[in-house]
Amino acid sequence: MGTSLANLVAQRIAFGILLLFAVSVLIFAGTQILPGDVAASILGQSATPQALANLREELGLNDPAIVRYFHWLGGVLTGDLGTALSSRQDIASSLGPRLWNTLFLAFWAAVVAVPLAIILGLLAVRYRNGPVDKTISGLALASTSLPEFFIGYLLVFLFAVKLQWFPSLSTVYDGMPFLERMKAIALPASALTLVVLAHMMRMTRAAILNVMQSAYIETAELKGLKPLQIIRRHAFPNAVAPIINVVMLNLAFLIVGVVVVEVIFVYPGMGQYLVDHVSKRDVPVVQAVGLIFAAVYIGLNMIADIAAILVNPRLRHPK
Amino acid sequence: MLKPAGTWRDPESSLLLDMRNLRIEATVHPPGDDPQNVVIVDDVSLTLEKGRVLGLIGESGAGKSTMGLASMGYGRGSMRITGGEVFLNGRDILKGGVHELRKVRGSEICYVAQSAAAAFNPAQRLMDQVVEAALHHGIATRAEAEKRAVALFRKLGLPDPENIGQRYTHQVSGGQLQRVMTAMALCPEPDLIVFDEPTTALDVTTQIGVLAAIKDAIRDTGVAALYITHDLAVVSQVSDEIMVLRHGKMVEYGKTRQIIEAPRMDYTKALVSVRSLEHVENQPGAASLLSVNDVTAAYGRAHVKVVQNVSVQVCPGQTLAIVGESGSGKSTLARVITGLMPPLSGSITFDGRTLASSLAERTKDDLRQLQMIYQMADVAMNPRQTVGTIIGRPLEFYFGMRGRERDARVAELLDEIEMGRGFMNRYPAELSGGQKQRICIARALAAKPKLIICDEVTSALDPVVANGILKLLLRLQKIEDVAYLFITHDLHTVKAIADSIAVMYRGEVVRYGPKSSVLARPFDAYTDLLLSSVPEMEIGWLERASSRGSAAQSAS
Repeated sequence: MGTSLANLVAQRIAFGILLLFAVSVLIFAGTQILPGDVAASILGQSATPQALANLREELGLNDPAIVRYFHWLGGVLTGDLGTALSSRQDIASSLGPRLWNTLFLAFWAAVVAVPLAIILGLLAVRYRNGPVDKTISGLALASTSLPEFFIGYLLVFLFAVKLQWFPSLSTVYDGMPFLERMKAIALPASALTLVVLAHMMRMTRAAILNVMQSAYIETAELKGLKPLQIIRRHAFPNAVAPIINVVMLNLAFLIVGVVVVEVIFVYPGMGQYLVDHVSKRDVPVVQAVGLIFAAVYIGLNMIADIAAILVNPRLRHPK
Repeated sequence: MLKPAGTWRDPESSLLLDMRNLRIEATVHPPGDDPQNVVIVDDVSLTLEKGRVLGLIGESGAGKSTMGLASMGYGRGSMRITGGEVFLNGRDILKGGVHELRKVRGSEICYVAQSAAAAFNPAQRLMDQVVEAALHHGIATRAEAEKRAVALFRKLGLPDPENIGQRYTHQVSGGQLQRVMTAMALCPEPDLIVFDEPTTALDVTTQIGVLAAIKDAIRDTGVAALYITHDLAVVSQVSDEIMVLRHGKMVEYGKTRQIIEAPRMDYTKALVSVRSLEHVENQPGAASLLSVNDVTAAYGRAHVKVVQNVSVQVCPGQTLAIVGESGSGKSTLARVITGLMPPLSGSITFDGRTLASSLAERTKDDLRQLQMIYQMADVAMNPRQTVGTIIGRPLEFYFGMRGRERDARVAELLDEIEMGRGFMNRYPAELSGGQKQRICIARALAAKPKLIICDEVTSALDPVVANGILKLLLRLQKIEDVAYLFITHDLHTVKAIADSIAVMYRGEVVRYGPKSSVLARPFDAYTDLLLSSVPEMEIGWLERASSRGSAAQSAS
């Protein structure tokens, strides 16, 4: 019966890959219907018709869309994301360090946000409906309701301008010492943490409270266990699946939703790169970044699904 | 019975539990109304000596589980103890607050819940949960506790006692889980165990083994017990004394023999005599109203057969009871007859014509003549409709009745079910369980059916209420000349209502015929087991039945 578990996991992975292909079609189609002509935007208003035609030929814009799609897809599968139209640089090599920067920022935001959210969620359940619960929920909801750019500028104002603890611009460069780098990302990472914290904390609280209605929680209480022991041993393990789900959703947001925060702190990550090239109408870059974001999103959700399957005792220990 | 006043008790005395003048209240939130305080238990006192078993009996809402949990200082939901004292081993355990209670729970008193399947954490191995209380209270080391647990598993008759603790809840059957839960309660070697309906959710043939295992365990370990149940026959097998509760008040308290053989109070007398309802069977007529011909039904793509080659008949105006345990296929058979589930093969003949196998192809008249009543009356009614609308709906749908004509007929039906037209504008939430089931009966009758399928219609009701429903059904059968297909797992119900009986086991009919011949020897093996497993209200029945059972087992 172990095969049924493997089957389920394989099924999820297959679905993930299929979905990614579907998204690649959508991204490609979407960038095709964008108004304007790439060749015209590269050469500018004064270009001669002959020059435009040459450039189109050179870029392969005259081929039918389906041929271009498979050409693009073939490139992506072999690691060739194409060439940026605006800078004539290889996209993959200029994207690499930026992707790494984005992941670095997301990673440290997650390292703070995920455990913090879960611990606050557990505490909110432990002291549910009391002042502790209400304070935690209130603060978390307030931080979610504020838009990221507001939180970002608020942090800059407080910690960069007033207190001068951290730089207001998150400049990072190759070979930067680790501690310097951490100092540089402190403010954007905090802004991201505040954005994702409330959702994860509220969902953790709700998932555990739901489990707290179960008969086995009463069993644990009648064994004389203390509230935190009950939550830790009996409630949390049964609430893990929905919690993993919401954590993954927020991790995905940390990576694909950083655009605004990166722009505020002028952090050289994927988001800023994307915004730059959307304004330049640089379609290959937009496609590449879009596809990477989609892959991250689908990948993390797939991991959440698989984790939910793996933590289910019925599937892990079949009859 | 009177104890000297004062809070101090001699620790050497044999008195273990002394609950005095308990008052327990709860806050309820009626829809659209302000929260209200209701009294769940009102001035109830009881005492229990070391090693003795006290049965708490009563119908739902009597406050018996609430009393059981109060002995652990615990109140479910918004329930709280607002008066009285609970002395355990001479100490008032309510005095020290929740920290003191936590020291008592799981060490001096343990709890066995009704549904062990829900009361175990599904994400943890059974062994970890069985030894948890002993470890938590520092009563034993893990090795000692596990050794004790294995010994208890063996004593309680669990298969593979060395390894069963490594399993998870879903890998163990309901009857086995109930035994594991008993082992879990015994593991910290408490002075007292509260058994809260421990066998109620089990099939009757499973119940007898679990009951015997619990009784042996109580005797061998010398633990005292509060045994809570609604089944007087069950409690008379295990308890030394019985307290009868009703509406949160004590009705009668005495030795087991006195309660079942010489009850003093009217309510206790009603409880004791509840199973005496007997129905004299009618001779089967020549014609049959419903005829199930060689029906086989299966679920899923794998075609798991849940009903196999079943053929039974129902005579006009008579009752066929289909008896079986959970998983025997009796409810699936009802689904096939009503057209909710087309069979793989076989046919249904009704009133001389062959019914279409699927619901969509049946005529409106087919639907009208074949009505159904369900186990859970409250979920079978729209909670936002009044009783008048609920009963009036089939009148509109089948007969096009409107306005005053309809209301008059609804009132007539309400009279027939002995409730009266005053209930016309009430909502289901305002009715008791028995009243809700009566409304469902009236709704079925409104269609003027020839056959009503009754699916476990009394199983969720308290015995006295269930008895009333059965009497009503019998009376209505005479008036309306309606036939019943009565699905149940309860043999007392069968005796009370059936003309003929079909015993189902694993999807097949193993015994079928008029009631008198089905219930007469010689029995086939399964019917024998089923009949001998039904608890009788007499002291010593369990021992006799168990020895017969083990004799039969060693013989086979």
